[in-house]
This record gives sequence, C-alpha cells and structure tokens, in this order.
Amino acid sequence: MVQDWRKLEVVDRCVADSYETPTMAETHSLQDLQQPAVSSKVFVQRDYSSGTICKFQTKFPSELESRVDKQQFEETIQTLNNLYAEAEKLGGKSYLEGCLACLTAYTIFLCMETHYEKVLKKIARYIKDQNEKIYAPRGLLLTDPIERGLRVVEITIFEDRSIGSGR
Amino acid sequence: MSAVMITRKVRKWEKLPGKNTFCCDGRVMMARQKGVFYLTLFLIIGTCSLFFAFECPYLAVHLSPAIPVFAAVLFLFVMAMLLRTSFSDPGVLPRALPEEATFIEMEIEAANGNVPAGQRPPPRIRNVQINNQIVKLKYCYTCKIFRPPRASHCSICDNCVDRFDHHCPWVGNCVGKRNYRYFYLFTLSLSLLTIYIFTFDIVHVAMRSVDSGFLNTLKETPGTVLEVLVCFFTLWSVVGLTGFHTYLISLNQTTNEDIKGSWSGKNRVQNPYSHKNIIKNCCEVLCGPTYPSVLDRRGLMQEDSSVSTCADPTSSSTSTSSSSSGGNNTVSQTTHAILCLQKPTAPLIPNEHTPDDAKPSIAASAEKSSSPKEEHPPATKVPPLASPETDAETSIAKDKTH
Repeated sequence: MVQDWRKLEVVDRCVADSYETPTMAETHSLQDLQQPAVSSKVFVQRDYSSGTICKFQTKFPSELESRVDKQQFEETIQTLNNLYAEAEKLGGKSYLEGCLACLTAYTIFLCMETHYEKVLKKIARYIKDQNEKIYAPRGLLLTDPIERGLRVVEITIFEDRSIGSGR
Repeated sequence: MSAVMITRKVRKWEKLPGKNTFCCDGRVMMARQKGVFYLTLFLIIGTCSLFFAFECPYLAVHLSPAIPVFAAVLFLFVMAMLLRTSFSDPGVLPRALPEEATFIEMEIEAANGNVPAGQRPPPRIRNVQINNQIVKLKYCYTCKIFRPPRASHCSICDNCVDRFDHHCPWVGNCVGKRNYRYFYLFTLSLSLLTIYIFTFDIVHVAMRSVDSGFLNTLKETPGTVLEVLVCFFTLWSVVGLTGFHTYLISLNQTTNEDIKGSWSGKNRVQNPYSHKNIIKNCCEVLCGPTYPSVLDRRGLMQEDSSVSTCADPTSSSTSTSSSSSGGNNTVSQTTHAILCLQKPTAPLIPNEHTPDDAKPSIAASAEKSSSPKEEHPPATKVPPLASPETDAETSIAKDKTH
C-alpha cells in the first residue's frame, strides 16, 4: 500500500518536473481523473568495483522485463561503459594532452576540446540513436548520464496504451 | 505560441542550490566567502609589483635581463593557476532530482525492512567493493544521494564534491576532482616564485651593499625589506604545503582521506585507488584525463520557461530529442495549459529546504575543514582554527594550576 502511494507520488513529481515529455502531460491529465499510476522511472546505478571510473551496473532491472530484451539492454550499458572507459583511459595519449595543456597554462582548452568532451558527444549521439532505434518504440527513454551528474542511467517507462503491455 | 514566449532565459547556474557565487553568466564559480582569496591576490600581486619596481631594473642592468623575463613568466603562470583553481567547478555533484531521491528512499526502505516504531532506523550506508576492498558509501541527506567513493560534502559551499580534497579559503573554492591539479601547480609555482623573489632580493641587497653600504641600501629600496618579510613568512608554509601535496599525490590520496586516516594501514585497510606505483599515481593526478563539469551551468532551464520550451525547437537538445524520439508529437494546447497550471507547484522541492537539512552536516564537516593541515600560507589564521588553539591554551592553563 505504502509503495503504491509512493509510486503515485513519483508520477506526480515526474509530471510536475519534466515538461519536455508530451506523454507525461497525458498521464497528468489522467491523474486528475484519479486513475492509477501509469509511468515510472528506473535508475541504473554506478558500478564501483574497479574504482572511481565511470561504469554502470549491467544488472537487468526487472521493471523492464516486459519491454526490452535482456541481452539488448546489457549490450547498451556495456557499450556505454566502454565509451566511458575510452574517455577516462590512462595512457600516452591522455598524458600527452595533460602535459601539453599544462605547458600552455591550460589556455589551450579555450580553443581545443578535451578528449573527454569528444567522447561525451559520441555518447550523446549513441544514446539518441539507441533511443530512436530500440527504446522509444518500446515506450522507454534513456537519459544521457551526464544530465544526471554521471551518477545514474535514468530510464523512463512510458505507459502508452497503444504500445504498452497494459501494466 | 509565440505570444507566450519567455521574457528572459534562465540558465541552470541560477537555480543551483549550493552556496556558491557565479560571475560572467555562470562561467565563473566560487564559494561565497572570498575575503581570504582577495588577500591572496593582494599578497601575490603586491609582492610581485614591488619586485618589478625595485629589483628588476637594477638586476636587469647589472646581472642579466633574463631575470625579470623569467619572473614575469612565473608570475603569469601562478596567476593563471590561481584563477583557474578559484574559478572552476571543483567537481560538484548535482543533487538528486525528486524522482531519483524517491527511488533511493524506496531502496533504502526496502533494504531496512520494517523498523519498529520506537527504534532508530539503521544508518544509511551502502557497502561497495572496490579493487577487493570494502568501502562505505554514506548517504548525503542534503544532496539525497549515496556519495560516490572519495566524494564528501563541503559545508562551506553546501555541495557534494567528487574526490573532495579540502575547502581552501586562500583560493576561495573547494579543491576537488576537477581543480586539484591546478591547485597543486599553483602551490608548486608559487613556491618557486617565492624562492625566486626571495633569492634575488638577497642578491640585490648584497650587490648594492657592496657599492653603498648596507644601511644606505635599505633606505634606497624600502620595497625590498617588505618583500623579504612577506617572502620569508610565505616561503615555509607554501613550500611545506607543496611537499605535503607531493606526498599525497605520490600515494594517490586526498587531504580529506589523510586527515581521517582512511588508509592508515590499521585493519589492513589500504588505499584501493592507488596504482602502487609513484610515477603512475603522479601521472594520473597531474596528467590524467580532464574531467568535464557535470553541472551544465550555462544550460537553459526547462522548468522555468515551460511555456516556450515545450514548443521551442531551438531549446536544449534533450527536450527536442525526447519529444521526437518518444514518438508522441501530439503536444496539444490543453496539455500545455495543464503543465503551466502545474508550474507553481513544481519547484526543485528537496533543494529548497536545504538549510534545515544542512545543519547537522555543517557541524560534521566543519571539523574536517578546520583541520590545520589544510591551511595554507601564514599570517592570519582562519576562524575555525581559533577554537582548537584556545582549547589548547585553556588546557595548558589547567595544567599549570594543578
């Protein structure tokens, strides 16, 4: 019971908070008519097992079971992890960038993108692409982790009756 | 739709809940208390101007013109590093949005099970294994997140900072993941500059004394005396600080961890972040990847300008991508109306009442930030330090009475 009530609250807050999602608007109008909760969010947490590098848990959240293939989901997260690992990789290239920047008193970053920023753009493209191809048709939406402080991968589950499995 | 376009763009930095100040439309980010930072600026610029005014003309003629040139280069580097440290985001972790906070809260409740009414719920701690070592992640009641490893809440700025080192009043900012290397280079170059100026002050006085006697020299160049005094007192603390941070870097530790003794070796706890190789540790800290700021301070707020952002195609990419990829482009005027009606009840709720939440954490982390190891140069000591000192004095007084 308590959980249900909380879920409702989540939905209410989601609606209040994100104006960017049209489906949410519909859910809100439904909420006014005292209908059950129809949308929720799942958060994939960070995996710290190999240190503070940015890495997300590949554990499949049970909430997504009816929506998306487990393998598909794990592949997405694994690709994200590989991209972040590429961004934070220690090695000749990153040391060279660091030393070069230091010699110019870091003024070079005013006119040059860091390696990390380049990879972040790649990640943003990848997430957009995955959303369009896989997640959006199934009523899901991935949020770029950078918008949540690299803490979580936020997955919004939309309860659209035309697509959804009617939960 | 154009009729309801917003009057003013609201950027995200204006709504950040921490106690920071921002300049240049969010490009510059600092702590609110900046008094000591101005003192640092004044001391560095003042001493260097005196050096350029009194010593450089004489030394350039009598010794070598390279002396002022090198001093100028060093001075510019010191200033660049100081401003870079002070003005950049130290690695602030954004607070959890309401949904994420609720999600975490539910997880905690699920983990704790049913706590009887009279009993206090167990502490909010999550254990994670890092490189085969158990590390406790504490829940931050202000930011509503489990703090990532090495992060800590800065009571002065009221933010969780990643790889928190300490809050440095001298640079007027926290020192954390994103500006630690600038901070270290600042202390390193400042020690070099202080030694350099001090040395050439002495050389200058010695050379002039040969010509016109020691006392006459002092009368001729009063600036030198002042410089020698400032440099002498700054030298020890700055060089000591640089040495301390060099030691920390070689072990890949933070000041915060060193003070708490997190990896002091008891219970066979070892620093799981260290590469066990001094050179690799130095490379990682000083030349590793440059981490981006996750705050997106200059991004546009979507909440406040709801009326327009819903319809505005030029607004931030997330809104456009989500609305298009969601496959539901049925944005109707009525839903807009509903959203706009809803707006007043949709502030960043958990962030608004931080003062109450923050109090216990302020007390807790005030201890951290007032530790003597964190204080840099000499002269005036920062208020928090006063209390341990007075305590010491009183205890001495007690001893005497016995």
